Amino acid sequence: MNRADRPEKIRCDACPVMCYIAEGKIGACDRYANHDGDLVRLDALTVIENTTQKLVPFLKEGGVEDWDGDIVQGARPFVTAVGAGTTYPDYKPAPFIVSQDVEGVDMVTVVTEGIFSYCGVKVKIDTDRHIGHERDVVYVDGEPIGHVMTSEYGSKMLSLGGVEHLTGGSKKEGRVTCDALLKLCNRQAVEMVVGDAEHATTLVVEAGKAPIINGEEERLMRVGCGSASIGMFAKQWLGHADEVVVVDDHITGVLSEHQAGKLLDIPPTGIKIKGRRSTPGRYFQVAAPGTGWGGTDIDDPLTILGPFNPKIAWEGLRMLMVSTTGEQFAYYELDAALQPQMAQMPAALKRSTDIIAENCEPSVCSVLFMGGAGGSLRAGVTENPVRLTRSVKESLTHVSCGGAEAYGWPGGGVTVMLDVMDMPTESFGYVPTPALVAPIEFSMRLRDYELLGGYMEEVQPVDQVGLDAARRVSGEAMGHDPMARANYRWDKGKSE
Amino acid sequence: MIGPQAALLADGTRLHLHHGPIDLIIGADQDRIRAFEAAREGFETLLQGLVDQLPLLRSARTVDASLAETETAHRMISVTAPYASAGFVTPMAAVAGSVAETVLAAMLADSTPARAYVNNGGDIAVHLEPGESFTLGVASHDNHPLGTLRLNAETPIRGIATSGRHGRSLSLGIADSVTVLAGTAAQADVAATLIANAVNLPGHPAVTRRAAEDIQPDSDLGRRPVVTACAPLNAADRACALDAGLACARAFAQRGLIHAAALFLQGDARLLNPAPFTLPEKSLVDA
Repeated sequence: MNRADRPEKIRCDACPVMCYIAEGKIGACDRYANHDGDLVRLDALTVIENTTQKLVPFLKEGGVEDWDGDIVQGARPFVTAVGAGTTYPDYKPAPFIVSQDVEGVDMVTVVTEGIFSYCGVKVKIDTDRHIGHERDVVYVDGEPIGHVMTSEYGSKMLSLGGVEHLTGGSKKEGRVTCDALLKLCNRQAVEMVVGDAEHATTLVVEAGKAPIINGEEERLMRVGCGSASIGMFAKQWLGHADEVVVVDDHITGVLSEHQAGKLLDIPPTGIKIKGRRSTPGRYFQVAAPGTGWGGTDIDDPLTILGPFNPKIAWEGLRMLMVSTTGEQFAYYELDAALQPQMAQMPAALKRSTDIIAENCEPSVCSVLFMGGAGGSLRAGVTENPVRLTRSVKESLTHVSCGGAEAYGWPGGGVTVMLDVMDMPTESFGYVPTPALVAPIEFSMRLRDYELLGGYMEEVQPVDQVGLDAARRVSGEAMGHDPMARANYRWDKGKSE
Repeated sequence: MIGPQAALLADGTRLHLHHGPIDLIIGADQDRIRAFEAAREGFETLLQGLVDQLPLLRSARTVDASLAETETAHRMISVTAPYASAGFVTPMAAVAGSVAETVLAAMLADSTPARAYVNNGGDIAVHLEPGESFTLGVASHDNHPLGTLRLNAETPIRGIATSGRHGRSLSLGIADSVTVLAGTAAQADVAATLIANAVNLPGHPAVTRRAAEDIQPDSDLGRRPVVTACAPLNAADRACALDAGLACARAFAQRGLIHAAALFLQGDARLLNPAPFTLPEKSLVDA
């Protein structure tokens, strides 16, 4: 749309107030603004109490381009939302902070909505279908936003975003990457293409939902690899089939050769599996990866078989072939020429394929936000940033994102990872840098804050004034702290 | 459209309710689970109820409180009515305090906390059982502590509100902040707004003003000139502005509308009925 075509005011539909917002202005909430005719969310950024940083609008002309991604600029004022420096009421420069403890402030929560240009998401997609090779590039709108990392048990892993895509590539690459991350983190669906022309796979990822691979919604994740399936179900097949092949892109299992079959005295069948034998009854690479049976590219399982050995096989030999999710299965009997012929499957075998399917959990996409709090962000909390890192490592300081518990990576820095499904919806925003805006809170006891070099001179006067009636020490000496966190904690499900 | 959201804050003891322009931080001692559940329920339809009556609530003409379709709107209209003669005021002047009160009332209908508060961006409704008290820190807009204040169950104060140039609402005056203690949060809210407006130096060259609707197109203040900047003032000007505000506060107190107030402007302060306030020596020396 041309600039001239744009209406002078846009109507915000984020909440029932439905503000009309003129170009360059913000709505009543201070969260949404009209930026060049687009409704954008401006999440307020502030390091609450006890910093000397000033609050400045971050969409000020020219104020964004030269910004290096750190939330707190050493020499520059702190970056925050447009407007009068408002944020959530408890941490905005609010004139009042109600102390929960009877005597003065006992708990410090340093809250900030951090701008993370060093951030990304790790996506776990529960499927055995082929979505791409390790290192294949993941594209959105033709722009590279990440790559395929690896396969975990029953799932594929993607690494999306990261500073290389956000700010290390072209402008469009950064914008598209930021947009895709924002949607994924806010639990919206993103369509992506994995790999290049000849083996491209289209993939729709939405946190908490099943993946859609090449237009088909995945249903189940496998119960185990082909070999593991043999081990789990061998007994149920005993007496109903002479041979069972569990087709799997990773490890195809063959009952008669497998240790489980040996233990049940199942005789050899003369079966010949294409592919590379690993250990008895376990085969790698029986076919190419794909979206067919068990994550292979085949739709006809017989293509992975060579001719049966006439010295061993016999007419009437009963063979079940099944995929690792139990979704595909076929039953054959060998004819006089030892060729498998499809036949009516006995009920007992059907039951076993149903059990395989039942044991497969629903396939979902998990989106884990991962970001690092840089030295400067930590400097908003303490004069000596590394002490915050240590305090986090020693579990004296609790790091949360939007109230959700975050996993802190070991090693240096404060690098956290958490499931976006644990966070309130619409927790994330963005800045045009481009970078994601995510909430991050550091909570600790006041004395721990002191130990880590917090800005105590800023809280000191409050303590002093409340001293006569209100010394924290006296409260603790009484041995009772009604506000102790241990007293009360909602479980995740209830706290939304 | 994003609906109302609720989340426990990281310390696990405070509830954050959010919907559109409203953010509430809520605390309760004892019976917290039921209190928080009740707060969430009471909050569910609150914003929509206000939006449905926005034209009425943004109107400066005297309206009959019986036209209010929600508890919150009723509070807004009732508490602003006594100020009809004091100049321009709409029920919106009490929206923050009224919302806080409505949610606190919902909590108290279903639970029995010994102490509870609903903090709506600095406009706070509190509940105290006999013998209980709250100690509150008062900070300036740039987070410098201005002192503390103590609320005892024995006093009739159950509402605190702060207004001024640095808050989210627009102000017609130059006060950095005016904190008012009143019987209810809604009463404190409207009074703080009007007292902050009264801390003023009409026509003074240090003060920059702009039409409210140029800043917030939907503002109930229309084309009225709101203060956008105020250069450093000399001591006489500061005293003049603060005294104008103090006179306004005193008039409200004499009519029984408020109990106490603290007015701050560029390092100077005025207190009306200072009993609940404890200001650090430093700020008094500066004053």
